[in-house]
Amino acid sequence: MGWRLTLRPYVLIVPALLLTCGILYPFGLGLYYTLFDFSASKPQPDMVRFENYTTVFTQEAFWNSAWVTVLYAVGAALVETVLGVAVALLLHRSTLVGRVLEKILILPLMIAPVIAAIIWKLMLQPSVGVVNHLLRPFGLGGVQWTDTPTGALLSSIAVDVWVYTPFVAILALAGLRSLPTSPFEAAAVDGAGWWYTFRRLTLPMLWPYVLVAVIFRFMDSLKVFDIIYALTEGGPGDSTVVLQIRAYLEAIRFQRYSFGISYTIVLWAVVYLAAMVLVKHLGKIQRRAAEVTT
Amino acid sequence: MNTHVHDRRRFLALAAGAVAAPLLTACGAGFGGDDSKSDGSAADDVTGSFDWKREKGTTVKALLNKHPYTDALIADLKSFTAKTGIEVEYDVFPEDNYFDKLTVDLSSGRASYDVFMLGAYMVWQYGPPGWLEDLGPWMRNSSATGAEWDQADFFPNLLQADQWSLKAGAPLGQGGQYALPWGWETNVVAYNTEVFGKLGLKPAETFDELAELAGTIKRKAPGTGFDGMYGIAVRGSRSWATIHPGFMTMYARNGLKDFTVDGGKLTPAMNSPEAVAFTEDWARMVKQGGPPSWTSYTWYQCSSDLGAKKAGMLFDADTAAYFQAVKGASPASGKIAFHPGPKGPDGSLATNMWIWSLGMNAKSEKKSASWLFLQWATGKEHLRKGAITHNHIDPVRRSVADDTAYKDKMRHLPGFLETFETVVDQTKIQFTPQAQFFDATTSWAAALQEIYGGKGAQSVLDGLADDLAGKVG
Repeated sequence: MGWRLTLRPYVLIVPALLLTCGILYPFGLGLYYTLFDFSASKPQPDMVRFENYTTVFTQEAFWNSAWVTVLYAVGAALVETVLGVAVALLLHRSTLVGRVLEKILILPLMIAPVIAAIIWKLMLQPSVGVVNHLLRPFGLGGVQWTDTPTGALLSSIAVDVWVYTPFVAILALAGLRSLPTSPFEAAAVDGAGWWYTFRRLTLPMLWPYVLVAVIFRFMDSLKVFDIIYALTEGGPGDSTVVLQIRAYLEAIRFQRYSFGISYTIVLWAVVYLAAMVLVKHLGKIQRRAAEVTT
Repeated sequence: MNTHVHDRRRFLALAAGAVAAPLLTACGAGFGGDDSKSDGSAADDVTGSFDWKREKGTTVKALLNKHPYTDALIADLKSFTAKTGIEVEYDVFPEDNYFDKLTVDLSSGRASYDVFMLGAYMVWQYGPPGWLEDLGPWMRNSSATGAEWDQADFFPNLLQADQWSLKAGAPLGQGGQYALPWGWETNVVAYNTEVFGKLGLKPAETFDELAELAGTIKRKAPGTGFDGMYGIAVRGSRSWATIHPGFMTMYARNGLKDFTVDGGKLTPAMNSPEAVAFTEDWARMVKQGGPPSWTSYTWYQCSSDLGAKKAGMLFDADTAAYFQAVKGASPASGKIAFHPGPKGPDGSLATNMWIWSLGMNAKSEKKSASWLFLQWATGKEHLRKGAITHNHIDPVRRSVADDTAYKDKMRHLPGFLETFETVVDQTKIQFTPQAQFFDATTSWAAALQEIYGGKGAQSVLDGLADDLAGKVG
């Protein structure tokens, strides 16, 4: 009987162990490949140790891609958070219109981001796109949305915002609906204004939910590929070549496998570090929110 | 308690070992599977008299790109099965994903597909790692190849385009035959006869005239009933495909090279003073007479703009215009004419081409049956049928190009046959063969976009040349 009890915990962790192996095996293999100069032209490669990484870090193209990636991720996460929370606040009052809007709001999340990007690519087309058509009466019908570096980056962020703001809004709305009512009733009795209540009560208690959304969106945006690739292919020039696109081009299009994987490992490290910092911050925010509630 | 801890440690150590073992095994197994090559070709195994039924009952797997040429092939597959008793299973992918699918499949070292479509440029990428079967021994073996296949009937420049020695910078037409020409495209100017008539224009004979013409159409055409029309449709997306049609054709007609080759060493030449001047002129032409949102333009947009009367001219593959020109295909059908395009300063009509070729997977286990398929698909009978009853135009064979029925079919398109005849012998691959072709041309397209966006051509092209110098060898 004793050995059964001893064995039981190990048996119970078998599924988790298998899952971990399934994650670690390709990851480890990828990591191992980065130590070689494996490419289509060199199928029997030499061990180059960390040369791929030193090459990545000394490339101007890498730093350009890193900068574009950060700009994209910060821009998208920031706008989506602000807009998402604003929309959630508007929908919080459970009117009929609000309930209908809630249903509509979820639509972009049901479209694959790459499809959304293609739809927007057509809509942003300068001569036949609907966006310029709508802007024409205001004298703004000739905007070349993705032809300039800034325009291409902003357009990509805009598509990301269109797709994912509802995600933030839904998360924030769920948070709003789970907040205790008594602090708000007390504030109302004391005659507190909307802005004061929002700043001192709603926002501190809502922060944990908002931060969860920020973590998800920021990490996802750092890894973006589909939206940008479908909208601009990384252009014009190198202006929207984020790290994922660079990795894809190196590994798949140009068949420099080891070098391409090195890019993804660097990206993984960045995302991992960013997530660690944000999650640590989330803990603090959660404790602070609990203090406000009590 | 101590024992328990000890047990847990032992368990974790064992588990770590179990995880590491396959990892190390996999690492030790090398990269991309078994890469051993035999010196002899499988073609040598085919002996006796030639027999179409030799591989009866076999199934060949093909990977195909969505294209009118593919439609013609699929429509005629029953003839192949009737002739050989070989079944063909196929997957068709759109062009946006096709080459990535093919690249990943071939690099896996497995024979998921026995035969596939590829361009001649892909030979430079797929050939050196040993993914492509050398078809030369098959072609030379009279037991494997029927006499009616008639190699001499192919336009020589097309057959040579798929032949390479696998050495960077070495000219085409030497070494292994890594694919067979199946359908091709020459890059010419197609134009809307209606707008040309209304504005009293004539096709350009020089590049300066072409740029001027493009600007004139963009300025004047919208006022004469062609709402939103611009001058010239050319590709502009951040892709290798932007460089090879109109741009490379005009670049070559100006006597310019992508690389210079000296003793097997390649030096980027796209930043020579003449190349910089030409690139500036090209970017200016696009800015003054090209499409809005040019940086996202692929051949699909270029072609459909000509068909939708949004573009006055198209400098791209003749097929891109042909598919809009045929009766009922687009609002502009019946009003599209063809012209060889501007000549170079010395009268050159050097033209870059794209060849849809068919290749065989070096790892295929059905090489004999696959060769029969390639032989049939590039044979006179199927190609003639494809050209006359379907839209498999721009024949790779002289006999089809000279066929009266083919000529009758194409005659209603003003200038098509004359243009084809004018450029066919001067059409060849104008790039220097080298394995980093896709990196070089994708970066070149990005550079072109930057110049179009206002950056100095000299500094952008110097940067491109510096970057490429370290990659090509």
